[in-house]
Amino acid sequence: MTLTIVLLGAAALIGLGLYGALSQQSFVMLMMGLELMLNGALLATIGFWSRAIGGMPEGQLLAIIVMAVMAVEMAIGFALIVAVYRKRQADMTESLGTLKH
Amino acid sequence: MTDPVTDLVLLLLTGFAVWTGWRVFRVDSMVRASFSLMLSFIAVGAIGLLLSAPYIGIATVFMMAVEMMVMAIFMVMFMMNPAGLNPMMMVHQHGVSIAAGLAAFLGLGAAILLSAPPSDPVPPQAPVVAQLGHELLGPSMLIFETAGVTLLATMVGAVILSSRQGRHGAADEGSRPPGLTAGGAPAGRTPGEEGGPGHHHHHGGHG
Repeated sequence: MTLTIVLLGAAALIGLGLYGALSQQSFVMLMMGLELMLNGALLATIGFWSRAIGGMPEGQLLAIIVMAVMAVEMAIGFALIVAVYRKRQADMTESLGTLKH
Repeated sequence: MTDPVTDLVLLLLTGFAVWTGWRVFRVDSMVRASFSLMLSFIAVGAIGLLLSAPYIGIATVFMMAVEMMVMAIFMVMFMMNPAGLNPMMMVHQHGVSIAAGLAAFLGLGAAILLSAPPSDPVPPQAPVVAQLGHELLGPSMLIFETAGVTLLATMVGAVILSSRQGRHGAADEGSRPPGLTAGGAPAGRTPGEEGGPGHHHHHGGHG
């Protein structure tokens, strides 16, 4: 029961994050969607570690790796936003069309 | 371990995490969206505490509190409407996105409800933090160190990508703002036409 609640919450967070990452026009909001998906992954990892694998330490290690991925995503993402802003003075995905045909 | 009170608190926290995650895309200000996302992360950290993962839970709260403060600064930098005084709804391919999000949730939910995950909870008195420490500096040290080097590479990459001094001259050389309409004339300023700070060394850059 506990695990089901947690995993369903994680699935909802991943679905919301996917919606945000696909629908938002602003780069910053798009990254919030990515963060939300990683939040769901972290929640699912904690749930599985706590209720399904008997507290194997590797489960906690995976949660730490998810957090490191969050930090990398955020730092590189914002650096890319700044780089795009310098080059195009744009903060919206619609402003980037150079890869279109 | 699985008493009804714990389950109820867990249900409330999970619901709060999902609700604040939903609010991220529904509030009218990006700063509010950023704080909403922070609340969602804090709820996940509290769930970690409740599910006998104190180190992961506390680390999540600390890390996300700082990260969302940084995010709020970026929000104010890049957002035309940080105060949320006007309605904000900037989306594209909305129907497809809703369908994709729903499909992800329903697919994962069906997988959760239709499968029977093993029930093997953490022993109540297990020294989980000590176990994590021994794992990090023992069998999984290579993974841990790789994560450290990855973070170092991230720092170098972030500095290089966001540097004002680009690889071939100034990073904003020849920068043109996007038009207000597709293919329209550039809106806003073009570098070189005003001598702001940081533009003193490359006049004459072609547009």
